[in-house]
Amino acid sequence: MSIPLNWYLVLAAALFSIGIYGVLSRRNAIGILMGIELMLNAVNINLVAFWRFMDPGRLTGQVFALFVFTVAAAEVAVGLALVIAIYRNRDTVVVEEIDLLKE
Amino acid sequence: MVPVIVFAAVSIVTLGAAVAVVTNKNILHSAFYLVLAFVGIASIYVLLEAPFIAVVQVLVYIGAIAILIVFAIMLTRRIMSKDIEQRNAQWIWSALGALILFGVLGWIVYSANWPVVQGAVPDDPIALLGQELLTTYVVPFEIASVLLLAALVGSIVIGREREQDSRSAE
Repeated sequence: MSIPLNWYLVLAAALFSIGIYGVLSRRNAIGILMGIELMLNAVNINLVAFWRFMDPGRLTGQVFALFVFTVAAAEVAVGLALVIAIYRNRDTVVVEEIDLLKE
Repeated sequence: MVPVIVFAAVSIVTLGAAVAVVTNKNILHSAFYLVLAFVGIASIYVLLEAPFIAVVQVLVYIGAIAILIVFAIMLTRRIMSKDIEQRNAQWIWSALGALILFGVLGWIVYSANWPVVQGAVPDDPIALLGQELLTTYVVPFEIASVLLLAALVGSIVIGREREQDSRSAE
């Protein structure tokens, strides 16, 4: 084992920060969803890295990573359905223009 | 030495692709860079000796989620051309916040004392994973399957065109 745990954690932290930048700075709802996917992947890297370095005998970390996969798939399916429904009704996917509750 | 080189190369590709995902002006290119980032993350799982997770990453993220995102972009692309500004007004503050978050996380990672154990991966991790899923974690497993079903039905209901809408439009 030549790669220390810290490297994986820093990689995941960098991915998470990039994802959060994408979520905060994109105007496009689909771009925001892509940022969320990056953040979920960073979490999964952390889960699998902690499993490998702290409890490799049991597979708890992998099980939790699988649950994150499931929730991510559900999230993206519902999210994209919402985006397409909004696009059909309002003709835009720019989140700043989706302000029905403000009017 | 070889794993370190592989790790460095994969990390650079993954992070570069991730930066391209959040900064590219063409949202369709962003989606393709997202696929590259997912491939890099799958290779990280291989380095962590979790091949099953790597395969699931390729199947679920690249095979399903990335394709779904590309579909959604193509269905809404008409107004998402390259000339439209993709960043909002607060992007510089977002970048600053993300940098600060990375600094704090990095500081925590390096200041914490992780209780690392030197252990080997079990001989047949996939069989053990299946056993764990259907014994210790059977309740979350079933809840996850119900959640997936609900999300599937919900997204079909949200996404389909309502009959009365098209009728009233006629």
